[in-house]
Amino acid sequence: MALLSDLQLLAPELIVAGSLLLVLILTCKPRSWNLMAGISLAGLGIALVALVPLSGRAPQSAFSAMVVHDPFASFCRAFFLVATMLAILLALRSRELQGPGAGEFFTLLLAVLLGMMLLAGANHLLMVYLGLELVSVPSYLLAGFLKRDRRSSEAALKYVIYGALSTGVMLYGLSLLYGLTGSGGFEALRGHFSGSSFDAGLVGLAVVMAMAGFGYKISSAPFHFWAPDVYQGAPTAFTAFLSVGPKAAGFAVLVRFFFSGLAAAPGPEGMLLPLARWPALIAVLAALSMFVGNIAALVQHNMKRLLAYSSIAHAGYMLMAVCLLTPTGLQAMLFYFVAYAIMNLGVFLVVIMIANATGSEEIDSYRGLWSRAPTLVAAMGLFLLSLAGIPPLVGFVGKFYLFKAAVAGELYWLAVVAVVNSAISLYYYVYVLRVMFIDAGAQPAPLRPPLLHSALLAVLVILTVALGIFYGPLDALTRASAHLWVPGGG
Amino acid sequence: MIGLGHFLTVSVLLFALGVLAILLKRNAIGVLMGIELILNAAGLNFVAFSHFLGNLEGQVITLFIIILAAAEAAVALAIVFSIYHGFETVNVDQVDQLRG
Repeated sequence: MALLSDLQLLAPELIVAGSLLLVLILTCKPRSWNLMAGISLAGLGIALVALVPLSGRAPQSAFSAMVVHDPFASFCRAFFLVATMLAILLALRSRELQGPGAGEFFTLLLAVLLGMMLLAGANHLLMVYLGLELVSVPSYLLAGFLKRDRRSSEAALKYVIYGALSTGVMLYGLSLLYGLTGSGGFEALRGHFSGSSFDAGLVGLAVVMAMAGFGYKISSAPFHFWAPDVYQGAPTAFTAFLSVGPKAAGFAVLVRFFFSGLAAAPGPEGMLLPLARWPALIAVLAALSMFVGNIAALVQHNMKRLLAYSSIAHAGYMLMAVCLLTPTGLQAMLFYFVAYAIMNLGVFLVVIMIANATGSEEIDSYRGLWSRAPTLVAAMGLFLLSLAGIPPLVGFVGKFYLFKAAVAGELYWLAVVAVVNSAISLYYYVYVLRVMFIDAGAQPAPLRPPLLHSALLAVLVILTVALGIFYGPLDALTRASAHLWVPGGG
Repeated sequence: MIGLGHFLTVSVLLFALGVLAILLKRNAIGVLMGIELILNAAGLNFVAFSHFLGNLEGQVITLFIIILAAAEAAVALAIVFSIYHGFETVNVDQVDQLRG
């Protein structure tokens, strides 16, 4: 029974879908946030357990090669599950997310997760489109989840217009690729482009149009215009999730599309040979994202906006690893997924904890926090320095891998751009810290964060430091996962 | 005789009209209509290629596009409702609380 064995490969997705339905059915009556979060977390936990035996299986394709199962997909799916669990914990004691709507929130969040997991194994243009839409459409609603907050509605409107336009343009590009090759499967694309001669101009147009969809998902310049507004207006817990989960999913499908569809089988040392000149396009986008993100972040007054630009810059760092087409670059990207998730979720957790107490995300309102909540400020400092890439934190190790891969791939100019940008980014991260130490004058009471947030903060702090020093296990895991498998060769 | 070129010309026109609508329309509903035009342009491409290549894959993809366009329109209209609730307008230029 081919269908049954194929379904086995999708067991984690099926479990996530099952939990989604359960949460949705339970929503028929108003339920507490704790209950809904508990059910979702339990479902994701079971899915993670189901994924473990699957990850040991040999690479194979399923459902007429619509999806593939390989180490890369397994790693990404596990990463998405854990990132979503952390995002649920972040949402649980957030002051914005109280009252009715718990069931709806977690239903939509699990739908996004399902889309991300399907993207990790996408092997067909249709799966790329379906997965991206499954990530995007619930995300629009989650961005506008605070119905009484005008800023949240505005974020949702901007998100849906930019998002739908980008996916529309991407779809048009994909339709051209289908017309050129006669099939939507990635191995057919690869076969077509490595075999006969092709119209480079038309393929270039299709690739640029497809890149609009991917670029919007990973919020890379010049497709980033939605990011600052959406990050600022959306509920903070969802913003945190957005900057980690869907961004990584965008990278995963970008890698699948370009590495499986538009690159020839691996040559010496596992380096893939690109068909058409897309690595140059991605390298330019990487440099542009770094500059746009870091320079615009310098003048921000709102913490969430600043983090949006910071996230654009980080998309640039990760894109640098994509255009190398080497296993080392892929490993560096996977390592950075994890590093970025830990430190960025940490920063957003502190932002939520502060906003719960003060009700503001303006950087000015952070004045004098040092005397009110020294541990919180210390943790924030740690995460921000890690984002800037200061040793011995996990952000430094992640950047080190990226830069090392760029140098090994002889992409020296881009490595130099990345180092210069890291230096620029240090300025605004330290600026936030400096504000926190400035005395506010009148002293309000010290912050009393809920126990859940304090515990989560402790875990993220420990991970930021521990993975910065003992990165061996993560190195081994990402190295083993940096292999894409394409049906029919490579 | 109507050939592939005719279909592609229509789809390029639809795509261009969609982009123009998004850029020029100030009414949120008008912008959403522009997005639908772009999706339909892509769908038309898939069907036309499918017919002239003689395989069905493109038609299946078009079915998915139609379904997802409906889902997306439902979500987008819900968001426009919520905007009207908060701002008393659906003019995208007047929805500008978030600024850098």
